Amino acid sequence: MNLRGIWAIYHYEMTRFFRTLLQSFISPVISTSLYFVVFGAAIGSRIQEVEGVSYGAFIVPGLVMLSVISQSISNASFAIYFPKFTGTIYEPLSAPVSFLEIVIGFVGAAATKSLFIGAVILATAALFIDMQVMHPAAMLAFLVLTCISFSLLGFILGLWAGNFEQLQLVPLLIVTPLIFLGGSFYSISMLPPLWQTITLFNPVVYLISGFRWAFFGMADVPIGLSLLAIAAFTGICLAVIWIIFRTGWRIRA
Amino acid sequence: MAMVEVEGLRKVYDGGFEALKGVDLSIEKGEILALLGPNGAGKTTLISTICGLVQPTSGAVRVGGHDVVRDYRAARSLIGLVPQEINLEPFSKVLPAVRFTRGLFGKPRNEALLEDILRRLSLWDKRDTQTRALSGGMKRRVLIAKALSHEPEVLFLDEPTAGVDVELRRDMWAIVEELRGRGTTIILTTHYIEEAEAIADRVGVINGGRILLLEDKKRLLSRLGRKELRVELDTSLATLPPALQNRGLALEDGGRVLVHTYDTAADRSGIAHLMADLRSEGIAVRDVSTRQSTLEDIFVSMVAKQEEPA
Repeated sequence: MNLRGIWAIYHYEMTRFFRTLLQSFISPVISTSLYFVVFGAAIGSRIQEVEGVSYGAFIVPGLVMLSVISQSISNASFAIYFPKFTGTIYEPLSAPVSFLEIVIGFVGAAATKSLFIGAVILATAALFIDMQVMHPAAMLAFLVLTCISFSLLGFILGLWAGNFEQLQLVPLLIVTPLIFLGGSFYSISMLPPLWQTITLFNPVVYLISGFRWAFFGMADVPIGLSLLAIAAFTGICLAVIWIIFRTGWRIRA
Repeated sequence: MAMVEVEGLRKVYDGGFEALKGVDLSIEKGEILALLGPNGAGKTTLISTICGLVQPTSGAVRVGGHDVVRDYRAARSLIGLVPQEINLEPFSKVLPAVRFTRGLFGKPRNEALLEDILRRLSLWDKRDTQTRALSGGMKRRVLIAKALSHEPEVLFLDEPTAGVDVELRRDMWAIVEELRGRGTTIILTTHYIEEAEAIADRVGVINGGRILLLEDKKRLLSRLGRKELRVELDTSLATLPPALQNRGLALEDGGRVLVHTYDTAADRSGIAHLMADLRSEGIAVRDVSTRQSTLEDIFVSMVAKQEEPA
């Protein structure tokens, strides 16, 4: 294992992150604050409680997931797409680092960034509402797993994308709807029966449900199922990356 | 000991283009090999395959005895690559960019070494500058610094002096000379034949995915390095006078020019003799000029010969 090589990639990526600290941190904080003002204060004041939790608190796990998922995807996809775009990808490809080491370096850095952002959003949320976390360890585990698995997905997107437009396309057309319809702002039980069934095909539902369980001890789907879903999703992403690197698809001529 | 061994290397790209049609090449440790060839000859594909950027279709490549596919870690650890394109992350600063490459190759931090490399490349003053703010020549220096940062034993320079100023070219040659002294093996591709003449030990000519010629530079130049003395006469001659026959002389331009070809490596050129004979025959001379064949002539004639329909 070329640990120095992994560290070089990780460190380089984190440096890039801190170089753009303002847009990395400020924008999620501002958008989260806006969500709280609009949904928590304006609309939330008319919704009494959702299953015994104040609406302002109810949307916190969903908001964190919303940011963490979209940040993971954009961080990781940009991190690998940019070297492809500038041509600097030749360096890791001609260096004595394995594909796994490249993935650990890039995805590790992307996941770390989103973890930071998740923490910042939680801290921001704490300013607006009374926070309670029933299962802190489970909360952290869900957060970390989500950061890693969606950074893996972002990495795949970045490898696949042939231009900047494609880089934006999948998050915009697929991921954002899945997150919004994943129960960030509502409980599945509030939907009509048909939509409750359809929603169960949205993988994000399981993540948000599990994450919310860690906060309030209540969930739309059983917690075991949530864990299984995120494990399966991570496994699929890893398998796809493994195949990509084995075949050299879009990387090596 | 052969540092780089290429055996029957073929590369067919996805589109069906065969960039390498069975290349065999062996490069000794400490040798400087210049690969000459026109655009699209296969130079960059050959280098990219050795460095791991392109997957070979068939054949084998070993660097330092390590197979570049099976044993890629050991092979790539030995290789430094200066790519043809200026590929740099625009927002990264010079020193961190060079440090990154050293780390990527698994080498421990060595700031003194990096300082030395940057100083030799006149980059030390620019170490905190973002690479996008550098001139083209400076960017190329950064690429060279990156390639040297992990102390490679084999250095690939893919057209290192294309479009750079005279100063950088001189610096480059000085660095190559210094690396040669340390026993580094260097493979460079170039369009500039004078570059190959100036620094290479051996010259390879590649075209159409094949190596057409691979020979010691000095031997190549002396074998093919014929020199011509062209004597312009005052009045044209229909035939050579008997005293001048059987000496390999030729008449050109309707008898107005007498051409004497001689070997630069030979003891006697025969020029003094020829001039004395011309005088005694009463032939008046208007002008003389000499012309030596260069690697460029050799190269152009080889490539032209290959491109003739069979």
